[in-house]
Amino acid sequence: MDMGNRPPREGEVRIPSGCAISGVFSRSGEAIGGGEMVRSIAVMHDRSNGLGGGFAGYGIYPQYADLYAFHIFFDTCAAKEECEKFLERRFDVVNLSKIPVRKTPRVTGEPLIWRYFVTPLPTRLADSHLDEEEFTVRCVFYINTRIDGAYVFSSGKNMGVFKGVGFPEDIGEFYRLEEYAGYCWTAHGRYPTNTPGWWGGAHPFALLDRTVVHNGEISSYDANRRYLEMYGYHCSLQTDTEVLTYLFDYLQRREGLTLEEAARVAAAPFWSTIRRLPPEERAISTYLRERYASLLVTGPFSILLGFTGGILALNDRLKLRSMVVGERGDRVYIASEECAIREVAPELDRLWAPRGGEAVIYTLDRLPRKAAKGGNAQ
Amino acid sequence: MKIQYIAPSFEVARDNARCTGCGICVQQCPNGVHGRDAAGNLTIDERGCVNCQRCVACCPVGALKVFPSRNCWNGSPNWSAGAIADIYRQAETGGVLLSSMGSPGKIPVYWDRILLNASQVTNPSIDPLREPMETRTFLGARGGRPRRGAGGRLIPDLPPRLELQVPVMFAAMSYGSVSYNAHASLARAARELGICWNTGEGGLHRDLYEYGPNTIVQVASGRFGVHPGYLKAGAAIEIKMGQGAKPGIGGHLPGSKIVGDISRTRMIPEGTDAISPAPHHDIYSIEDLRQLVCSLKEATGYEKPVLVKVAAVHNVAAIASGIARSGADIIAIDGFRGGTGAAPTMIRDNVGIPIELALASVDTRLRQEGIRGEVSLVAGGSIRCSADVVKAVALGADAVYIGTAALMALGCHLCRSCHSGRCAWGIATQRPDLTARLDPQEGARRLVNLITAWRREMEEMMGGMGINSIEALRGNRLMLRGVGMTRKELEILGIKHAGD
Repeated sequence: MDMGNRPPREGEVRIPSGCAISGVFSRSGEAIGGGEMVRSIAVMHDRSNGLGGGFAGYGIYPQYADLYAFHIFFDTCAAKEECEKFLERRFDVVNLSKIPVRKTPRVTGEPLIWRYFVTPLPTRLADSHLDEEEFTVRCVFYINTRIDGAYVFSSGKNMGVFKGVGFPEDIGEFYRLEEYAGYCWTAHGRYPTNTPGWWGGAHPFALLDRTVVHNGEISSYDANRRYLEMYGYHCSLQTDTEVLTYLFDYLQRREGLTLEEAARVAAAPFWSTIRRLPPEERAISTYLRERYASLLVTGPFSILLGFTGGILALNDRLKLRSMVVGERGDRVYIASEECAIREVAPELDRLWAPRGGEAVIYTLDRLPRKAAKGGNAQ
Repeated sequence: MKIQYIAPSFEVARDNARCTGCGICVQQCPNGVHGRDAAGNLTIDERGCVNCQRCVACCPVGALKVFPSRNCWNGSPNWSAGAIADIYRQAETGGVLLSSMGSPGKIPVYWDRILLNASQVTNPSIDPLREPMETRTFLGARGGRPRRGAGGRLIPDLPPRLELQVPVMFAAMSYGSVSYNAHASLARAARELGICWNTGEGGLHRDLYEYGPNTIVQVASGRFGVHPGYLKAGAAIEIKMGQGAKPGIGGHLPGSKIVGDISRTRMIPEGTDAISPAPHHDIYSIEDLRQLVCSLKEATGYEKPVLVKVAAVHNVAAIASGIARSGADIIAIDGFRGGTGAAPTMIRDNVGIPIELALASVDTRLRQEGIRGEVSLVAGGSIRCSADVVKAVALGADAVYIGTAALMALGCHLCRSCHSGRCAWGIATQRPDLTARLDPQEGARRLVNLITAWRREMEEMMGGMGINSIEALRGNRLMLRGVGMTRKELEILGIKHAGD
């Protein structure tokens, strides 16, 4: 590949990265300001290197809760025109606008950043013989792989991803996150071992309402990628986060597994552990491990998977990355380091480190208005 | 006196200062190289020597050595000594040239041009001495979509599968081509290791039925030794369509080897040649294969996975794609360098393609078609060491077959004379005095040691890559890099060049 002297971008080479992650969740569905998440991730400044920061907020668009919110980066006006034409033919675009930003000298080189609230055109949807989510996923893949200079980085309902190149606290300031509020936030500070200059490569990575922030480097990457690509996923960014997002999307949305079951595939118990389980549990664990052998994830990882109505925290089965969970009242805090939790919640009822491979799942006591369907909620 | 066109290939040197004249060499050599003259002095006649190393290994005082002959022929890069010798042989006999074991030719060994990855800094390597390291592998189909029963609980209803503690199996070698003791060694070792061995086409000796749970029973074009009890005895059934050493060719076990239990086990009269036809006469196309797969499953109550073994030929990817849709659970691919007890030399050395390329292209094709998850892949045809296994798995194999390497563990010294029936190590022979040299208990011990050593090495290599379970290595081609390969070779293998 001829890249001249330009450093390679995501998708052109595989870029491992270390990171910081943090998340906050309100079980009662209380709105948490985005500023709180920014303060938390800022504490772990040294775990990032200024080459990527990002956030995902859930419940932030109650006025458009039934519409897909597409956040899109455009490199050029031509890309925007082409993409909008594509969208108009397939979706009813209810609202479109620039995403409001605050200029800061610490965040530069931003692309055009637009937001579209859309719903699939009923005729196009019916003609496609697909369900609404699959239709939307295919449109997102089309834009991201076929329309040069356009990249959909957020595509769920009543949620949104905000990310870019810079330290996470600067990205939070840039996107004016203190003006948003939702029942769940996740955040990511990136430390890539390379010098990507592309905003789409920052985390969280999102598909529909599923977002992943991740700290680690998965050694099973190519085994997972090549398996998922059989089922129509295009791992165009060559990042762990992307493959993890698709992994959960495939297992939950396509294979109909519960979140708990999907987590048991990704961080499967060791055979020696499975052998000690009661017979019925053993049979199911064996089934999941055998059937989805190629989706076992090895190597160090700690991830926060956000979805409508809940959050999952998961470590690799050896726990090769730090991650702690704190609880205070109805609030749950999860972060790479305890300091990120104490910054926003100095007093906690409980603080603990989940075991390797232990799926920690929190869901809303009651789903917000017009709950999303799917096997997410436990 | 008859003119000897072909000079002996080897010189046998006896160090008279060491030799005690004990005569063990005379006793051990099945080829009449060592002898005694009328006066009782030890003699050497190198014409029969195949360099099996038996005399060297057995001489108690280390007095014997075998060298390549210093005698030189007027060869050229074009006319090698071997090519000249073949001409002399055929001019003498008018026959088809026969050879044993894998092709020794100069076709590239891609394993040797592939290098493995290891973790540094961004990702910790995992120490197999301190952390669990999993090599357990399951082979077989995956079945339909997950189903749920009462209360939404998953129904764990996978089709029948083979469980292997290490992704290595002993390849098909028939009773008849190898001795009973060789079969018994393989069967015992497979049971102890928690892997599988393969009967080859020659049936399963009555006394070895107890190893059924670790046995793959083979059904080949001659159908020798096949009956319902045999099919039900194994853990899986393999339909042999082809063999890497002789694609497109059947088999021939001479009547001289069809004696006693071999005749009974093969279910053919003593002394008759066992000729396996080149094609299965009930399989003239892919839809016929589907029928045989279904018949075998029908005969065994759908309780056993069915493997289909094919030789690696030019369009192996398309063939594998057809097999994957034939109801077969496992596809075994046997590469160009695979071994044999006897094959026409021209076939062995000129037909087929190397396993590395075949495996990579089959794995890629099945993924392009979205069906790689529906079948397992087994690669064979000269897997020589644990690194070859790791590379094969990373290219896309679920497991590998080893034949030659297993025989070497039993004593084979690669003299490539199996077809003579005079194996000095008691493996590829039916002469009772020779087969007695292979003790199944000792043979099994050596096989268990070999695979245990390989498992340890695999664990070290996996741990270095930060992988603690074999399934995360499978098809993980990012862990591989090529050296000294063309763009096309890298493209087919689906790997990058070192440094890229």
